[in-house]
Amino acid sequence: MRALLIRELRLALRSGGGAGLGLAFFLIVVILVPFGVGPDSKILAKIAPGTLWIGALLACLLSLDRLFQADSEDGTLDILALSPLPLELLVAVKAFAHWLTTGLPLVIAAPVLAITLSLPGEVYFWLIASLAAGTPALSFIGAAGAAITVGVRRGGLLLSLLVLPLYIPTLIFGAKTATLAAEGGDPMPGLMLVLGLSLFTLALTPFAAAAALRSHLG
Amino acid sequence: MSIWELANPVRFMRLSGRVLPYVSVLTIVFLSVGLVWGFFFTPDDFRQGASVKIIYVHVPLAFLAINIYFMMFVTSLIWLIRRHHVSALAAKAAAPIGAFFTLAALISGALWGSTTWGTYWQWDPTLTSFLIMFIFYIGYIALWGSVDEPDKAADLTSILCLIGSVFAILSRYAVNFWSQGIHQGASLSLDKEENISNVFWLPLVTVMTGVFFLFLTLLLIRTRTEIRNRRITALQAREVL
Amino acid sequence: MIPELGRYAFSVLGAWGSSIGLVLIITVISIYRAKVSKAALTALEKQHKGK
Repeated sequence: MRALLIRELRLALRSGGGAGLGLAFFLIVVILVPFGVGPDSKILAKIAPGTLWIGALLACLLSLDRLFQADSEDGTLDILALSPLPLELLVAVKAFAHWLTTGLPLVIAAPVLAITLSLPGEVYFWLIASLAAGTPALSFIGAAGAAITVGVRRGGLLLSLLVLPLYIPTLIFGAKTATLAAEGGDPMPGLMLVLGLSLFTLALTPFAAAAALRSHLG
Repeated sequence: MSIWELANPVRFMRLSGRVLPYVSVLTIVFLSVGLVWGFFFTPDDFRQGASVKIIYVHVPLAFLAINIYFMMFVTSLIWLIRRHHVSALAAKAAAPIGAFFTLAALISGALWGSTTWGTYWQWDPTLTSFLIMFIFYIGYIALWGSVDEPDKAADLTSILCLIGSVFAILSRYAVNFWSQGIHQGASLSLDKEENISNVFWLPLVTVMTGVFFLFLTLLLIRTRTEIRNRRITALQAREVL
Repeated sequence: MIPELGRYAFSVLGAWGSSIGLVLIITVISIYRAKVSKAALTALEKQHKGK
């Protein structure tokens, strides 16, 4: 199991593995927003949490279609399925590796980008906390979507169509946590809800993804 | 007779063929009576004026749109557990009907909103949930369309439907957390106090019964088409061999 | 007998029209597809019996 995790991390961090690509994509999305809405720092501060959350969501999506696709193409998936490791656990490990290589860098990069959007100082902690609590949910929901669309015609496009609506609750709770903090409300319930959602998807989606993979493997 | 006997495609074809004419007649009767009653012979609401007439198309379609999703959830579960092909095909057949009903509910709701709330669209929990449901329907139909192997397609769409149902409920609570609503509560609750008065209620129930039978008719027609298409593919495959 | 819709005419007629229109579209599509598949199946079965 640890070997699998290390393998996943090594593959992702290798040049062309896609981990850096997600981060770069996040960067460009967030930078594009001020060009779209104008440089008024008051407006930018207001929409900063939402922008960072949507950027994180899209960056996460970008690397998802490779989650099972590459392993399915070269037959690794068939070998992994034959190993004593349950398929559910395999999915969980792969999703966790996806979070480590995509979600975690976003959480670290977000405060730096927040400066460019003139996010007020006291909100930083809550924004990072909500991203740290919520991005695992993005990876785990995405894993289920990736498992369903692996090897399917126009899979990448379909993946976005299927997964993005599933991201709505996470996005709402996550962005609301930071917005509440910015407006002087109590952001704690929002953060708890994001965290709860992450744990919930952690427990649920590996089973759905494993069922989908079993159907693919026949 | 047990309901599981319908799982046999041949028996389903025979029985649905026999039931179909009756259901179609019931659809036409209930819909024409209900719609004519609702449009011509109902009074105006004292606050909303004539715009209240939209209720006779909006509420039945919205009600069915939700329940079609629920029906797809149940039939998907049956497919995953008991592997009855008719069940999976019924879910496939129901999805486009649900999508059309959802779209009609959204459009009629927007037009209603334009008169009573003064705006076509408001990011209100009920409206937002319906929009999310519409996207789910589209994704579900798209997934059916892009997988060639029938059993695999049934598996994957069923899994998607189950995940989608869980997240539909989650989204419902999430959007409540996110925005205060302006959409009125249920006008059809079983609690007598909350109910709208009989003048509106009776034609509304007639249309709802009609729309339900319409759904049943379309579902039977579409499921029969899916079964026939399966059979065509099977015969063609035999020919190639 | 035509009801007085007054200033609500556009929204009421629009809502009724679009709802009934959409329902008619899905009905027509369903019936058309049923006809096509039925014809194809009958043709195919006849061909099979012929052999």
